[in-house]
Amino acid sequence: MHELSITQSIVDTARERAAGRPVHRIHVRAGKLTAVIPESMQFCFELIVEGTEMAGARLEIEQPEGRAHCSKCNTDFALPDLVLLCPCGSAEVSVTGGRELQIVSMEVG
Amino acid sequence: MCATCGCGHPHELLVLEEKVLAKNDDLAAHNRAWLTERNIVALNLMSSPGSGKTTLLERTVTHMGDARKVAVIEGDQETSVDADRIRRTGCAVVQINTGAGCHLDASMVHGALHELDPGPGTLLFVENVGNLVCPALFDLGEAAKVVVISVTEGTDKPLKYPHMFAVADLILVNKIDLSPYVDFDLDRCVAYARSVNPNVSALAVSATTGAGLDAWYEWIGERR
Repeated sequence: MHELSITQSIVDTARERAAGRPVHRIHVRAGKLTAVIPESMQFCFELIVEGTEMAGARLEIEQPEGRAHCSKCNTDFALPDLVLLCPCGSAEVSVTGGRELQIVSMEVG
Repeated sequence: MCATCGCGHPHELLVLEEKVLAKNDDLAAHNRAWLTERNIVALNLMSSPGSGKTTLLERTVTHMGDARKVAVIEGDQETSVDADRIRRTGCAVVQINTGAGCHLDASMVHGALHELDPGPGTLLFVENVGNLVCPALFDLGEAAKVVVISVTEGTDKPLKYPHMFAVADLILVNKIDLSPYVDFDLDRCVAYARSVNPNVSALAVSATTGAGLDAWYEWIGERR
């Protein structure tokens, strides 16, 4: 359940940046190739903010798809999991998307 | 007026675009710089519970003898059982209990480093909490990540837990002495691991009998 400590980091950062102002919305990007389950993150968020000044804030989780580039056939393709294989059969593949784990923005005031 | 909550106040949008784990990563970088300065090689050992990490460490520490200073940071949810086992080999050890926590993070290792205060040139093992998911996400400041899997766990482990195998620098397939008794295909297991991590090294060992451990010691010797 690493989502608990990850979500705690998000709340800590948001609280720090809000500097006492009420927080309405936090926008997070968690790529589909990270080992983060959005439902777990949402669940942990509710638990962490309950009874605090951040209760009522919304957590929005954007989930970019996994993307990769094959250097053999020089194409970009969707990567549904971490198995680094191009539809052309090549394993000369680099991941270009889906590994993001970022706090994008937040609404305060 | 605010469109999202209708409260009547203008809300301010703060654009952050920062990594969620930025604090952990910064502290891990601090640990890494500290370790490098002292020429300390730190290896982060990760696996599911019961793969034989502690037995492997006991054997490795004993093998090193007086040839190289070794220290260990033990991570477990509860008890100091593993630290006690390592201590009996005469090695410096600090136990971290994470309680409900399922992984070590850079801050816990930072605290343990202060307590342990390893001398220059030390070989430092960090035995992570037994868990094939969560520890994969947290950089501790180590020089390399070693993932241990035992033959009793099944050939397809790397496909079931791809995140862990994707971050490994070395995979140790342990309990190889038990292969005649279990349905485990070493070549296929390593091929699965390489499907998510094409250049990862893999060694088959038995921490109990000592089989294959010379290659492990050689691999350690090559880490700088």
